[in-house]
Amino acid sequence: MIVTRELTKRFGHVLAVDHVDLEVREGDRYGFLGPNGSGKTTVVRMLLGLVYATSGQIEVLGRPVPSKISQVLPQIGSLIEAPAAYGHLSGRANLLLIDAAGPHRGGRARSRRVDEALDRVGLGGIDSRAVKKYSLGMRQRLGLAAALLRAPRLLILDEPTNGLDPQGIREIRDLLAELNAAGTTVFLSSHQLAEVEQLCTRVGVLDHGRLVLQDDLDALRGLTGRVIVRSPDADRAAALLDGRVAHRDADRLVITEADPAAVNAELVSAGLRVTEVSAERRSLEELVLSVTSSGSDRIDGPRFGQGARRHQPGPAAAGAVPTEPGLADPVRPGPVLADPVRVDPAADEEA
Amino acid sequence: MIAVELLKLVRRPRSWVSIALLCGLPIVVAIFVAVTHVAPPPGQGPALLSAVLSNGSLFPAAALAIVLPIFLPIAVAVMAGDSIAGEASSGMLRYLLARPVGRTRLLIAKLIALVAYVLLAVVLVALTSYLTGRLLFGNSPVAVTPTGITTTNVVANTLSGTGLTPEQVILRTAGAVAFIAVSMLGVGAIALFLSTITDSSLGAALGAIAALIASGVLVALNASAAVSPYLPTRYWLAWLDFFRQPILWRDIDRGFEIQGVYVLVFLAAAWANFASKDITS
Repeated sequence: MIVTRELTKRFGHVLAVDHVDLEVREGDRYGFLGPNGSGKTTVVRMLLGLVYATSGQIEVLGRPVPSKISQVLPQIGSLIEAPAAYGHLSGRANLLLIDAAGPHRGGRARSRRVDEALDRVGLGGIDSRAVKKYSLGMRQRLGLAAALLRAPRLLILDEPTNGLDPQGIREIRDLLAELNAAGTTVFLSSHQLAEVEQLCTRVGVLDHGRLVLQDDLDALRGLTGRVIVRSPDADRAAALLDGRVAHRDADRLVITEADPAAVNAELVSAGLRVTEVSAERRSLEELVLSVTSSGSDRIDGPRFGQGARRHQPGPAAAGAVPTEPGLADPVRPGPVLADPVRVDPAADEEA
Repeated sequence: MIAVELLKLVRRPRSWVSIALLCGLPIVVAIFVAVTHVAPPPGQGPALLSAVLSNGSLFPAAALAIVLPIFLPIAVAVMAGDSIAGEASSGMLRYLLARPVGRTRLLIAKLIALVAYVLLAVVLVALTSYLTGRLLFGNSPVAVTPTGITTTNVVANTLSGTGLTPEQVILRTAGAVAFIAVSMLGVGAIALFLSTITDSSLGAALGAIAALIASGVLVALNASAAVSPYLPTRYWLAWLDFFRQPILWRDIDRGFEIQGVYVLVFLAAAWANFASKDITS
């Protein structure tokens, strides 16, 4: 569906996208992750022919972009950064204009298409008020409706749930899953890890313009080979499993043992009570944080140490990821695929 | 896409407010002149206005002379400056291009909407002021102004000389309307070009107005006489020659030519820039 080879974009002296080899297969629900300013939007704009690559090739729906862009775009629905609309017109009038603006495909069916798209995103009963009076969530839905207007084969969405409440986020997630089941490939660019984790089957992670990770989500979120135990008799459990306790946090133990059933049996047969036992899994958050550095929106002063920066997840990630057992741990077991070079003005001074 | 752009033009309140203002100013002037019967002394104030008192059908030409120096170029610069930059700043540009609307097609559609706006504005100013003139002023075919300074000469030449029939007045006014529309397209082309460079419609409009003011300053300056024939505002007032007897075609032709060159050059530049530009808005 989308293949890029050595895709590179330079804005003046800034290398925004650096030799990116994306591969999105037909039917994928692809999550495109990365900190703010890592180049996600530039990649998305290059896929849509809005920004021209400095070097490298792009193929979308089997055709080269941007040379054959006019054949590709009619089959793509897109939401690029924030949704946009003419504020003085109603949502329906906006969609009618957008539909009429594209290549002509039956003006007669236009109003039916618009109604269908509005229904899909939950704006079916919208009145004729001007878009400038819409809430952020309504604008987001309208933007999605515009993307869905012509039953696209490929949806390229940048932060589609921005501004929606939890109910709305769930609705949109269900809608995207439904469209995907009907054959639409979904390419979702986001920094909301939770959103990607819940929807996507495959992820690519961008950091400072480089694709540092691209794989199936299931493969990435594999077992770590450790077991997490919660027990009111944590002291005795720690003593019993001495040597295999990797980490202890009050009544929560991390055991270097692959099989939760074996650990459970061992504890129970020693007469210890077990509240909870489970195999530890890598979370997407840990993975992404291990391969990326802080986003370009963070600008540290010279006194700010490197260590503190390492362990501070970005504000968005911190708010978005639900706290599950086993995630609070600052260990980063994931494969470190890239070691971003950091310029730390404090390092020299403090040495 | 062309139909979409025209639809956007007529559905946007701004288009009609600006045209209403353009038509309103000459009406206000007409009312004052009609009530007080004090026309500006010949050679001062807007051209032709002193002749209007006696012949109302000249008022469209006087009205165009009233809006031409500032009002009309500002309105055109604002509309043209907004054409691409406005879409960019509202965020719609990326969605239009991803729809897809080809970049060249979008530019052509914007240009056609701009032409429609200019024609609409100029023709509506001429029509409303014609009605106003017929309503408020007399229709005597004879001119009264004494000879003296250039603009009065213009008037005096036509009206005190052979005199114009009503048909001739209408025909010549139509010629003036066409000339002014083409001059305004020159302004529009400059603003459209700037509009493809910046994402700020205000910046594009002000840039075009700045170019006009600079041109106006240089045209008035004797020291810059060498370049003045090539400046965009040099022949702006040449349409007054339509009201001479016989019509002085020399400056009118020059004016059409120079505006044609400006329109072509700036449209080509706008296209070259827009077609190769990274859309990051």
